[in-house]
Amino acid sequence: MAHRRCTLTEHSSALAHHFDSLEQQYASANLGMWLFLLTEIMFFGGLFAGYTVYRTFYPDAFIAGSHHLDITLGGINTVVLLASSLTMALAVHAAQSGQRQQLVNFLLLTIVCGLLFLGIKAVEYSHKFADHLVPGKHFVFEGPLAGQVQLFFSFYFGMTGMHAVHMVIGIGLLGILTLQAWRGQLSPTYAAPVEMLGLYWHFVDIVWIFLFPLLYLLGRH
Amino acid sequence: MHDASVAPPHTHYLNANYGVKSWLLTTDHKRIALLYLASLTLFFFLGGAFAVLIRLELLTPQGDMVQSETYNKLFTMHGIIMIFFFLVPSIPAVLGNFLVPIMLGARDLAFPRLNLLSWYVYTIGGLFTLVAIVSGGVDTGWTFYTPYSSTYANSHVILTALGIFITGFSSILTGLNFLVTTHTMRAPGMTWSRLPLFMWAHYATSLIMVLGTPVLAITIVLVALERAFRIGIFDPTLGGDPVLFQHLFWFYSHPAVYIMILPGMGVISEVIACFARKRIFGYDFVAFSSVAIAVLGFFVWGHHMFVSSQSPYAGLVFSFLSFLVAIPSAVKVFNWTATLYRGSIAYNAPMIYAMGFIGLFTIGGLTGLFLATLAVDIHVHDTYFIVAHFHYIMVGGMVMAYLGGLHFWWPKITGRMYPENLARLAAIIIFIGFNLTFFPQFLLGYLGMPRRYHFYPEEFQVLNVMSSAGASILGVGYLIPMIYFLWSMRYGAPAPANPWQATGLEWNTSSPPPTANFHTPPVVTEEAYAYGPQEVHVD
Repeated sequence: MAHRRCTLTEHSSALAHHFDSLEQQYASANLGMWLFLLTEIMFFGGLFAGYTVYRTFYPDAFIAGSHHLDITLGGINTVVLLASSLTMALAVHAAQSGQRQQLVNFLLLTIVCGLLFLGIKAVEYSHKFADHLVPGKHFVFEGPLAGQVQLFFSFYFGMTGMHAVHMVIGIGLLGILTLQAWRGQLSPTYAAPVEMLGLYWHFVDIVWIFLFPLLYLLGRH
Repeated sequence: MHDASVAPPHTHYLNANYGVKSWLLTTDHKRIALLYLASLTLFFFLGGAFAVLIRLELLTPQGDMVQSETYNKLFTMHGIIMIFFFLVPSIPAVLGNFLVPIMLGARDLAFPRLNLLSWYVYTIGGLFTLVAIVSGGVDTGWTFYTPYSSTYANSHVILTALGIFITGFSSILTGLNFLVTTHTMRAPGMTWSRLPLFMWAHYATSLIMVLGTPVLAITIVLVALERAFRIGIFDPTLGGDPVLFQHLFWFYSHPAVYIMILPGMGVISEVIACFARKRIFGYDFVAFSSVAIAVLGFFVWGHHMFVSSQSPYAGLVFSFLSFLVAIPSAVKVFNWTATLYRGSIAYNAPMIYAMGFIGLFTIGGLTGLFLATLAVDIHVHDTYFIVAHFHYIMVGGMVMAYLGGLHFWWPKITGRMYPENLARLAAIIIFIGFNLTFFPQFLLGYLGMPRRYHFYPEEFQVLNVMSSAGASILGVGYLIPMIYFLWSMRYGAPAPANPWQATGLEWNTSSPPPTANFHTPPVVTEEAYAYGPQEVHVD
């Protein structure tokens, strides 16, 4: 965003009618996206607050529940997601420098990583179903901590589920963007959609960066 | 249309194009404001209908008109509709949508399509709630307290919650749009210290919408999940804590109270300055008091929970912080009063509403201090005292400001004048009806009548009859503007560009404004409210 030298005279079709300049349009999109991410922080914040309260109430149950999570699959997923952040950043760079083929490739790679993450997550979820660790009627856990361990799994499914919903939305948007990039509708002067989706994608990654230690690692050793 | 000189049959946003499609697919903020106006009016009268039934039931002590289950549904749906579908969107979505870009000198909001989306989201959320009402309603109170809402209630909790969840996003989108527009789309010369106070109020409101509403969203999702899957988060038998719900809920819903009053304060600042023909007293203080209210509002939620097993130390802190909110609120009231001092006051209908607002908001605010006092709150919590208190803020404050603002900008919005004398009469009827309805409720609450019961001891009947009588006067008062507004759209006298000789960019463009808001892009050269004794009236 540092080097953009479009002026009023450059009457691009990318400029919406109600803006005076592409700078103004970019500044609005950028601020809008950051504000949106702020609302996302508050949204996930409610879950994190609840998690913190119950973890403080029932540390033993949360550690017991944590031992039933698959640290290997979770670890692999963390790597996959970080890799997707890298490809997303490279896609933003490709969009800004106008390398169309690279842009398409990196966007596709990001989609692949995202799908891989969701696939592994689905495997993890299916193990929990098989082990009767899904909160609700069929939840089975031996011992006096059963209710509170169920609470842990409620947070596990609530938080990772909400995260997964954001991944699905992100992948859908990436698909649309890939199509636009492939058709050549994006350019260095109109790279904002890629940059904004990049911000979103990184945000969703960061949420996972908090979820992984909180759910999988904390108190385990 | 880009001509500076306006030819007599001028093209404006209302006649630029016609047809249902040109309205339902519009991205013009002015048309979206009118879409909101229509849907909000529907919800206002629906919510009002529930209030009518409540007041009818309370005419007699016996509880003979409806059963207690039905009564629970009546006050719940009155609350849900009035709060989530009328008060929260009211001034921002209608007047804010119409005026924010014009006051800033912009052609539209930063994200016009998101703006249209916000109206659709609002409408879809509203439909969910209407379906819930038609199929039997919901009886948890508008607050959805757990574990009743999550475990025991036998009404349509999930459907209603979904409606509120969806509608919340319209609030978020509107707030986000206003914030970005204020930051990036001000006309040349429109500095922050020249912003009309209406804009400062909307800026502060938008901050709350953006920061608070997502917390409500996740809270409602958790209630729905708890209800559908028994996940245990609010269920004590699994170790969950129902009081956590109250914390999360009030973290949004207390700031939401300020969503429901700050925009009204913005309207009052505009109206008072115009009809007192004076520069607003202490502009900086009034502007920053809006932001102060928004910020402080996030740290007082615990005053809703003084009797909910909250630790007394937390109660003390929340009580103290709640008192602090009185400071910026009082700053506003004192500065409006100081603005009136030695002003040349004209009692047009908007001004009568503004005067009413100042008085009623002061009563509502001061009784809020009673409630923020720990010991007094133990005595009056969950009585009609609190009902009267928040109706003085919400109805005496926000609805008065909404109507005042509608009258003030009606010539700009429609290009037609409303009938002034009839409007004055309606404003006075509303003021009288309002006080007769709600002042007796302070007394009822202080005497110990609890809220949310459909029967009561006989000694409370006189005051309840007074309240119901007042409500019918209030109802008539609300119907009158509804009728003459509709009438004036066709038969009202054509409005000049600036019928009140007011300052502000919105009065520098034709009535109604062209689709692009201005015939020539505006440049701002002076502060807001440059009213003064030397001003020359020009038409």
